[in-house]
Amino acid sequence: MQTTRRDLMRTALLAPVAAGAIGSARAAGPYKVGFMYVGPVEEAGYTYQHDHARKLMEEKFAGKVKTTYVENVPEGADAERVIRKLAQSNDMVFTTSFGYMNPTVKVAAQFPKVKFEHATGYKRAANLSTYSARFYEGRFLAGVIAGRMTKSNVIGFVGAFPIPEVVQNINAYALGARMVNPKVTVKVVWVSTWYDPGKERAAADTLMSQGADVLVTHTDSAAVQEAGEQRGIWTIGFNSDMSKYGPKTCLTSVVSDWSGYYIQEVQDAMDGTWKSHDTWGGLKSGMVVLAPFNAALPKPVADEVMARRQDIIDGKLAPFQGPLKDQAGAEKVPAGGALSDQQILGMNWLVQGVEGKI
Amino acid sequence: MHELEFLLAILVATLRAATPLMLSGFGELITERSGVLNLGVEGMMLVGAVFGFIGAVSTGSLLAGFILAMLAGAALALVFGVLTLSLMANQVATGLALTIFGTGFSALVGVSWVGTPIAGLATAIWPHLSSAPPVLQQLMLLDPVVWVAVLVPFAAHRFIYRSRAGLVLRAVGESHDVAHALGYSVLRIRYLAVMFGGAMSGLAGAYLSLCYTPTWTENMVAGRGWIALALVVFATWKPAWLALGALLFGFVTIAQFQAEGLGIDISPNLLAMLPYLATVVVLVLISRDATRLKLNAPAALGRPFHATA
Repeated sequence: MQTTRRDLMRTALLAPVAAGAIGSARAAGPYKVGFMYVGPVEEAGYTYQHDHARKLMEEKFAGKVKTTYVENVPEGADAERVIRKLAQSNDMVFTTSFGYMNPTVKVAAQFPKVKFEHATGYKRAANLSTYSARFYEGRFLAGVIAGRMTKSNVIGFVGAFPIPEVVQNINAYALGARMVNPKVTVKVVWVSTWYDPGKERAAADTLMSQGADVLVTHTDSAAVQEAGEQRGIWTIGFNSDMSKYGPKTCLTSVVSDWSGYYIQEVQDAMDGTWKSHDTWGGLKSGMVVLAPFNAALPKPVADEVMARRQDIIDGKLAPFQGPLKDQAGAEKVPAGGALSDQQILGMNWLVQGVEGKI
Repeated sequence: MHELEFLLAILVATLRAATPLMLSGFGELITERSGVLNLGVEGMMLVGAVFGFIGAVSTGSLLAGFILAMLAGAALALVFGVLTLSLMANQVATGLALTIFGTGFSALVGVSWVGTPIAGLATAIWPHLSSAPPVLQQLMLLDPVVWVAVLVPFAAHRFIYRSRAGLVLRAVGESHDVAHALGYSVLRIRYLAVMFGGAMSGLAGAYLSLCYTPTWTENMVAGRGWIALALVVFATWKPAWLALGALLFGFVTIAQFQAEGLGIDISPNLLAMLPYLATVVVLVLISRDATRLKLNAPAALGRPFHATA
C-alpha cells in the first residue's frame, strides 16, 4: 500500500521532467552534454581542471552545445542515480572519476542512444568510451627539475594511497630525477587520505625535517605548496597550476588539460563519427602539460626540461624504459626494453632510489 | 647538533598538530563539566575556520579574523544553547545537527573564498621565516595560538579546581537541582559554558585556516572535532589528562610520518590507526572500572534542566 503510493508519487513527479527532457533532446536545439564531478568546482584541483575544460568546450561551440554539470557526487549509490538523470536530459555524458565506472556501465546499457565517456576507468561498451591522462610523463619531467634543483639530494613525496596511479608517479619522479642526478633518493610518506590539509602539512614538515629540499605531492589540497612557501623549500604542484600558493617556491605544476579532448569528442559526436574507444593521452596530445615555470628556475634547467619533453613527444625517450631496477636492485626491464601500457597501469613496485613502502 | 634539530622539529610539529585538539577539547571539557553534551564541535570548528579566514582576508588583520572566528563559534553554540537549554531539545540529536549544519553552512559561506592564498600567522609575525636557519624557523613556527594552547590546560585546571566559579560550574554539572536550590542560575551558567566551548572551537578552526594550513577549503577540519570530543572522554573530564591526550594524539600523527620517512618497517595503515586505537583502548580500560567512570563523568551530563521551584 505504502510502496505503491510512494511509487505513484515518484512517477508523477518525474513524468513531466522526463517528458520535457526527451522532447528537447529530439528537437533541433543545442547538443546537450552533461558532466559529473567527484569534488567541488573550486579554484584549483582535479575537478577544477575538468570543469575548466567543460567551459572552454562550451565557448568553442558558441551556442551549438549546452552543458550542465553536477558536482560533489560521492562514488557510491548516489552516482548511478545522478548518471541516470544526466542521461535522461543529455546526448552525451562525461563521468570523471574512477569510482563511477560500474554505475556508468550500467546506465550506458540502459541508454543506448546516449554517448558516455568515463575518465580513468577500463570498462567500455558500444556507447561508452574511456579516457585518462599519462600524468607520469609530466611527473618524469618534473623529476628532472627536482633532480637539478635539490642540494640535499632528497626529494620528499606526499602520497595519498599506494594505488598504481600514485606508484607510477613516484617512480616517474625518481627516474626523471636520477637521470640527471644519480645521487637522488625519493622519500615517500603516505597520508592515507586524498584530502586532509592538516595531515598533508604534517607530512610536508616531516619530510623537511628529514632533509628533503624539494617536495612533491599526489594529494588534493595545496597544503604542501603552502608549507614550502612558508619555509622556503621548492615544491612542484599537481592537477592545477599551484603557483599562487607558492609564488616564490612552486617551480611548476603537472597539469591536466582536458579541453582538447572534450572539444574533439563532442565534435565527433555531433558529426556522427564518434566511436567507442580508449584514450590515454600524454604530453604529445597536450592532455598533460607543465604549468609556466617559476622565475627562480634557471634557464639551462628549463631548456633541458623542454628538450626532454620534445624527446618524449618524438618517442625517443620513454619514462619507463630499461634498464629499470626495483628497490632491491633486481632488474625489472633490461636495457633496450620498456614497460608496456598494461604493465604501467598495474604498477605495484617501486624503482631503485625510492625510500618507502607500498 | 643535527639530532637536536631533528628532535626540535618533532616537538614543534607535535605541538602544532595538538593545538586545534587542545583548544576545542578544552572548550568541550568546560561545556561538559556544566552538564551539557555538545556534539557540534566539528561544525563549530568549520564555521570558525571559514569566518576566521573571511575576517582576516577582508580586514587585512589576522587578529580580527581570530576574534570573528570566536564570535562565530560562540554564536553557533548559542543557537545550540537556545534549542537544548531553553527549549530542552535532545542534546545528542541537536549536537549532531549542529555539525551537519556547520559543515554545509561553512561550505556555502566560504564558496567564493576557496583557494585565496594568505600568509599565515607565523609568516605575518616573522616576514623572513622562509629564509631563516632551520632551528630558528622551528621556533618561529610556534605562533601565539600555539602558546595559548600550551597555557590553556594550566588555566583550565586552575579555574576548575581552584576558583569559586569553577566550583559552581562543577556543581551545576553534577546536580543541577542542588545548584538551583542553592540559588545559582543553572541556565545562565550553562549558556556561558556552551558559548565558551563554541568560542574555543571557533579559535581552533581559525588556527587551522590562518596558521596551520593558511587557506580555506571545504571541510578542512577533516574530523578533528570528533577527535577532540573523544579526547574529553579519554581524559575522563580531567584537564591534565586532556592535555596529555591531545599531545599524544599530535605526536602519534607526526611519529607515523617520521617512521615512514625514516624507512622504519611498520605498516602505514597500522600507524594511521594508532591514535584511534589508543583512544578505544583507553576507553575500554576506563569503563572496566565503571564506578570510576561514573564518579568522573558530570552526573547531570546530557540531562535537560527545568526549574520546578
